[in-house]
Amino acid sequence: MSDITAGATLPQTSRYATASEARLMWLRFRRHRLAFAALIVTILIYLVALLVEPLAPFNPDKSNGRYVYHPPQRLHLIDHTANGIRIHPYVFGEHLARDPVTLAAHYVPDPSQHVALGFFVRGDPYRLWNLFPGNIHFFGPVNPRDTVFLLGADRLGRDMLSRIIAGARVSLSIGLVGVGCSLILGIFFGGLSGYLGGRVDWFIQRVIEFILSLPTIPVWLALAAALPKDWSPVATYFTITLIISLVGWTELARVVRGRFLALRSETFVTAAWLDGCGQGRIIFRHMLPSLASHIIASVTLAIPMMILAETSLSFLGLGLQPPAISWGALLSEAQNVTSIATAPWLLLPGVAVAITVLALNFLGDGLRDAADPHAH
Amino acid sequence: MGRFIARRLAGMVPFIFLVSITVFVLIKLPPGDFVSNYAASLAASGETVDDSMLAEMRHRYGLDQSWPVQYWHWISGVAQGDFGYSFKWQQPVSSLIGERMGLTLVLSFATLLFTWAIAFPIGVYSAVRRYTWGDYFVTLLGFLGLAIPGFLLALALMYAGITWFHQDVGGLFSPPYVDTPWTLARVGDLAAHLWVPMIILGTSGAASLIRIMRANLIDQLHQPYVETARAKGLSETTLLLRYPIRVALNPFVSTLGWVLPHLVSGSVIISIVLNLPTAGPLLLQALLSQDQYLAGAFLLLLCSLTVLGTLVSDILLALLDPRIRFQ
Repeated sequence: MSDITAGATLPQTSRYATASEARLMWLRFRRHRLAFAALIVTILIYLVALLVEPLAPFNPDKSNGRYVYHPPQRLHLIDHTANGIRIHPYVFGEHLARDPVTLAAHYVPDPSQHVALGFFVRGDPYRLWNLFPGNIHFFGPVNPRDTVFLLGADRLGRDMLSRIIAGARVSLSIGLVGVGCSLILGIFFGGLSGYLGGRVDWFIQRVIEFILSLPTIPVWLALAAALPKDWSPVATYFTITLIISLVGWTELARVVRGRFLALRSETFVTAAWLDGCGQGRIIFRHMLPSLASHIIASVTLAIPMMILAETSLSFLGLGLQPPAISWGALLSEAQNVTSIATAPWLLLPGVAVAITVLALNFLGDGLRDAADPHAH
Repeated sequence: MGRFIARRLAGMVPFIFLVSITVFVLIKLPPGDFVSNYAASLAASGETVDDSMLAEMRHRYGLDQSWPVQYWHWISGVAQGDFGYSFKWQQPVSSLIGERMGLTLVLSFATLLFTWAIAFPIGVYSAVRRYTWGDYFVTLLGFLGLAIPGFLLALALMYAGITWFHQDVGGLFSPPYVDTPWTLARVGDLAAHLWVPMIILGTSGAASLIRIMRANLIDQLHQPYVETARAKGLSETTLLLRYPIRVALNPFVSTLGWVLPHLVSGSVIISIVLNLPTAGPLLLQALLSQDQYLAGAFLLLLCSLTVLGTLVSDILLALLDPRIRFQ
């Protein structure tokens, strides 16, 4: 490599020597290809959660009795028209047919009918973030009266793709809000424990051990079962988040405490102390910045745990209840054997969960490696 | 060693006492009680609800007393092995939970063994053959196992069972064995059904254990003592098995403390999906109908299992690694 020539090494070294801690972390992170790819996927998923209304082809709550359990339609690109081949996205029209013997309903594709699809088409009206009215959808049928079910429809004929996109907002934000709550609790108690030591440390550590030794899911079940069913979705949302972060903060507090204990004996902290800095300044100006990278990595790894927790609770019907849309609430529709057998596409929100959790795990792994100055 | 175990067991008593208070508060947290739930379900089915009858029920179940009194009745009974009475099932709690807790334990232990059996060789392989295609494949598989929630895996397996094998994969027994006494044939039937929940429950645990094993072994592989052993002329397999793996096994055992509660806790959701006759489904029902003594017994026993798991892992760790002493 270029290390052989001194001339090429020199600017390289000085670049590293003058780089800030954040810049060094970024440079290490960039080398981790999988984590970098995961970062891009994560950003895309969060963009989807941000722009639910224009991205979803239909209103996720719009039900239609004619399309109950409509199976996913295949997307076609090459259209053989009378004027030759035309390339544009379309699906075949479908009509409802009944089996002459069992009278079971099923949908038959009709290749003679084409439902043309397009980008930036007019469709169901919406209010973006409940503020800005609009009716342009990123993707959808060109004729607003047509329907298309790329991922199928549920038992009320609602479009699954739109519902999965809408569920992203709740499921992903619960992860962020929950981690925010546990971060505040974790840094506060972990910092207190690690910095003060002594009896405070002993007491906080026993409390953490106590919480950690409770089996999470039964305790979550008990707490979530205590939520009154008639609460508004927003109140339930925040309470569920709080319940989930009640357990999550303990792990973060342990990380913070361990780092604080290690940092307390570092020379730069002693130097700051000898310079006459106050405790607040030592903690916030000198110790917290060197903790930041570790905290970011732990937080990234905690988000997928929170998302899984919400999904499990809502799946059991203890978290968010329909009509609220979250991935867990969507999956609760697929709870029994019959509905899975008739409409396996009801399991698709689970794929969204898996992709998100996978991306966040890879990202957190990469960040942790990048944050560790001793890693090679 | 005997003194160590005795001291740890003695330390568990105040802990379980704290847990029992927490559990009782958790169960009492929802507004209303079993009787008001019962009245609501009667009203929903169109029957008339008589207030004096409800008051009489409350009195009979002791629900008209204050919380501390109810708690004291419950906990003093538990200390004598009496877990109270289930309002909903009209049976003593101990007759309801006995077999279910037993099956929960069987499932958790089987899963634990399964997890170790697959995580150990795969972890060693991916550490020794680091950055090969095999390692990448295993790593990806491990992350997938972490990312897919257990209940989703259960649902997917149920779907596969129905469409391809025309068979319901739920339950732990075939219909003829559901309510029969324990015989050898029934044990065999249980073993034939156990593997589905075992795999579902074990996947995420195995995934994280593989990661831990891999990371620890990689740390050990470049230690000077490994070089020494190699220079001495030991074959690679003997060398690997005799030194670095023994050290790397350490965290493997210490995770037992949290793997067991994790399994018990995870089995709750999976049993609800797969309709297993374990603690999960009954616990959920009891929580929802506020059948307080049934829910309390389950929660208390599940929490105690957690503490026992930690104790077992501490003992195993001290046996495995001579550097760790009983203190």
